[in-house]
Amino acid sequence: MSAETSSAGVGPVEGVSLYDVDNPAPVIEPPRKRTSKTPRTTRTNFELYGWLFMRLSGIVLVVLVLGHLLIQLVLDGGVSKIGFAFVAGRWASPFWQAWDLIMLWLAMLHGANGLRTVINDYAEKPKTRFWLKNLLYTATVFTVLLGTLVIFTFDPNIR
Amino acid sequence: MATPTLDKAEKSGKGAPEPGFADSPYIKVTFRIRRFNPEVSEDAQWQDFELEIDPKERVLDALHKIKWDQDGTLTFRRSCAHGICGSDAMRINGKNRLACKTLIKDINPHKPITVEAIKGLTVLKDLIVDMDPFFQAYRDVMPFLITKGNEPTRERLQSAEDRERFDDTTKCILCAACTSSCPVFWNDGQYFGPAAIVNAHRFIFDSRDEGGEQRLEILNDKDGVWRCRTTFNCTDACPRGIEVTKAIQEVKRALITRRY
Ligand code: HEM
Ligand code: SF4
Ligand code: FES
Repeated sequence: MSAETSSAGVGPVEGVSLYDVDNPAPVIEPPRKRTSKTPRTTRTNFELYGWLFMRLSGIVLVVLVLGHLLIQLVLDGGVSKIGFAFVAGRWASPFWQAWDLIMLWLAMLHGANGLRTVINDYAEKPKTRFWLKNLLYTATVFTVLLGTLVIFTFDPNIR
Repeated sequence: MATPTLDKAEKSGKGAPEPGFADSPYIKVTFRIRRFNPEVSEDAQWQDFELEIDPKERVLDALHKIKWDQDGTLTFRRSCAHGICGSDAMRINGKNRLACKTLIKDINPHKPITVEAIKGLTVLKDLIVDMDPFFQAYRDVMPFLITKGNEPTRERLQSAEDRERFDDTTKCILCAACTSSCPVFWNDGQYFGPAAIVNAHRFIFDSRDEGGEQRLEILNDKDGVWRCRTTFNCTDACPRGIEVTKAIQEVKRALITRRY
């Protein structure tokens, strides 16, 4: 065996280690590590309310979402029954309007806050965080407003 | 050399016991250790060490044997060797444990035993990580008695029940096994992490302390208790058997009941 191929723990360049005592390799630092410069408390209850909201909206969503799925997909012939007439018939009643409105708002805010948590967990750079959250909030506001508009302005006689 | 390892090795004649002998306590165990040395390479790599060892010995004894007899460059922290200083938390067979409290027989010695540094902190060499961010979070929850008014002339007395309230969280040895097992901490080191919350709990629920409100305020922030996702990794990891997730949950409850 030649000397070049047998030396242990060598770097990639021609059998000579790239690193030594005076020139150590870079270590891999964990994302966003805490230092003494980490900002101190902001004194708001936002995260507390967010946490509570996830649990409270979750409880209500169990009823709303499971009920919704049952009515739309299981009872009365399943999906095949859903059409313009079915939707028009249901939204004629304020009860189902309220059901769908509450479900829309709760599910969207619940899902958006959940994704905010996911972004906080996984986005490492402040810029990435900023843009992902912007995208998330824009999409959420758009969907919530559009859905609300449709529920309130739905016209069964449109043709 | 106070370790019992060496005495036993002498008695039975070093290296002599054969694997087939039923009366020999020694078995052959492979330790697969994740090595990193920035002075040699930027890549970490697994290295296997084989040794004859009594399975009633601990993983720390095996690391000592390797360092003393096979490869002196193997680097790890340990001090007390009896589960009290908290310096030798490491990831053994994928689980955070103290090497000095883990018996080899308890972790299936018939397969290679993997040993690596705890996760979520910068690896400096082999099994040694940079603990600064961990202790920074500890400092940030003010882990000391805070009182108002004049100092009393005698001991601050406390009933047995009041002492019992935070007994569990007094047991922490700051080994970082919990914090470095937490997936939220792995992804975002800004999270205070379980150990800091445990040590805040220690004072928040101490009847003699008057800084609880301040500590609750600190943990109410975006990097505080609300980031906990109740995965229970911390409770599983704690070598002191502290119910870490429960302590975090109690701090959450204190924050909510304080408001309503
Ligand atoms: C069916 C009833 C539901 C219940 C009981 C429920 C409950 C919860 C709870 C308690 C959390 C917080 C978990 C934590 O903090 O560790 C959560 C997170 C989340 N939820 Fe829901 N939820 C429900 C429906 C939904 C729906 C319909 C959506 C989508 C619109 C959704 C999307 C999310 C997301 C994205 C998260 C964050 C995931 C994470 O933290 O890893 N959930 N849910
Ligand atoms: S709570 Fe347990 S695992 Fe966490 S630092 Fe303290 S002793 Fe170690
Ligand atoms: S060496 Fe002190 S806790 Fe293990």
